[in-house]
Amino acid sequence: MTDEIRQLIKDFGRLPVDVDTLASNADLYQAGMSSHASVNLMLAIEDHFDVEFPDRMLTRGVFESVDAIAAALAELGIKVPV
Amino acid sequence: MSHELDGDRAFLDSIIKVADEIARPHADSVDRDARFPSESLAALRAERALSAGIGSELGGGGVSLSAIARACFELGRRCGSTAMVFAMHHIQVATISRHAADSPWLEQYLAAVAADQRLVASVTTELGTGGDMGRSIAPLTTAGDGTSCTFEKQAPVISYGAQADDLFVTLRRSPDAEQNDQVVAVVQNGQFTLEQTGTWDPLGMRGTCSPGFVVRGQIVPEQALSAPFAQIMAESMHPITHILWSHLWLGIATDAFDRARAFVRAATKGKSDDAPPPVAVRLSHLMSELSLLRAAVDSGLAEFVEASAQPGREQLLTMTSTLRFNNLKIATSEQAPRVCQGAMGVCGIMGFKNDSPFSVGRHLRDTMSASLMIANERIHQTNASLLLIAKDV
Repeated sequence: MTDEIRQLIKDFGRLPVDVDTLASNADLYQAGMSSHASVNLMLAIEDHFDVEFPDRMLTRGVFESVDAIAAALAELGIKVPV
Repeated sequence: MSHELDGDRAFLDSIIKVADEIARPHADSVDRDARFPSESLAALRAERALSAGIGSELGGGGVSLSAIARACFELGRRCGSTAMVFAMHHIQVATISRHAADSPWLEQYLAAVAADQRLVASVTTELGTGGDMGRSIAPLTTAGDGTSCTFEKQAPVISYGAQADDLFVTLRRSPDAEQNDQVVAVVQNGQFTLEQTGTWDPLGMRGTCSPGFVVRGQIVPEQALSAPFAQIMAESMHPITHILWSHLWLGIATDAFDRARAFVRAATKGKSDDAPPPVAVRLSHLMSELSLLRAAVDSGLAEFVEASAQPGREQLLTMTSTLRFNNLKIATSEQAPRVCQGAMGVCGIMGFKNDSPFSVGRHLRDTMSASLMIANERIHQTNASLLLIAKDV
């Protein structure tokens, strides 16, 4: 399912680099993800996994890497095998 | 606690004295000549006000951020430019203080600010970024042996750049970093040169002396704050900027209101009518507008103080918090000139004339800068994006 996350990052993160070249703990913002792209990514993740991130989880850190996104989904009860 | 409050009180008393005795009498000439408020800054230095927010263990005054905000308000009531210089300096100093904990270099630097009353200017805007502080083009380039770094930044505006001792500069982390991968560094007098690129003859805030410059500097790596820039922005720079700015805008608007009140009082003196005259009713409408502004300013500060006291300051890292302080900025930057214009409506030609005791032209012009400093349209763009995902705003 991290593949699903990576695909969403590919579609919505607007990264200047290939997502597949990034480690799962690589910082997506440092890789060039803009604030607006990160919002689009959050919306896409909510849609795709049918969850809602509460406001307290809407921080930069929660969406900064594939691992961080998987951990956030896990917190909401979505199991993401690594 | 009471000791801290005593410190705040003594500090504010000294600020009000400087504001009344120095800032007020020079405000018109600072505005007319677009010159730096050097008399006010000398007096603030003499009161050690430039280090008021630095901890007493480092030689500072150890006053609260609430007291600094209140000082911005009091200075704003007498001279908007003095208040803006004071506010911007304290935004830098508070940001460094809140993120210096694990850095001996930065702690020593803060001690030097206190000892020498050094004035710090910010170099955050850059040509080519469209006013987006979250992006930098100029990189910090580390020399081969890693002991020194250089940069060259094209700044369209540096407030009191030529008068500052030191600079607080945002940069791209390295030549191969993305534009949103930033650091912020303290650059000291003697480590940088400024080449002025423009003139300074603006509508308002004329004493801030903010032309463009090319800044070239050389520093050691320890001069960059180690915390991630996004965290520094979210926890400190962004909210503190809007809190201190909004306090000084409230100060300017309050003085405009006070002048309108003095005008109405003078206009109704000696009359024995049944009801207050129309101009007095107009003043009452204006008070409602001023109250809205004050409420926004007060609640913004209260929320920040509360969120800062939480362990890990986690609330400040949320998008809701970004929206909150963006809205403080938008609301107060639009409301302050509205109050000043209302004051001019009350005072009429006496408010329009520059040489009348009821003049509010400077107030109106100074507060008209508010919506441009980090342009409101750019903030709306950020908010529009965040509103798509935020739930409980």
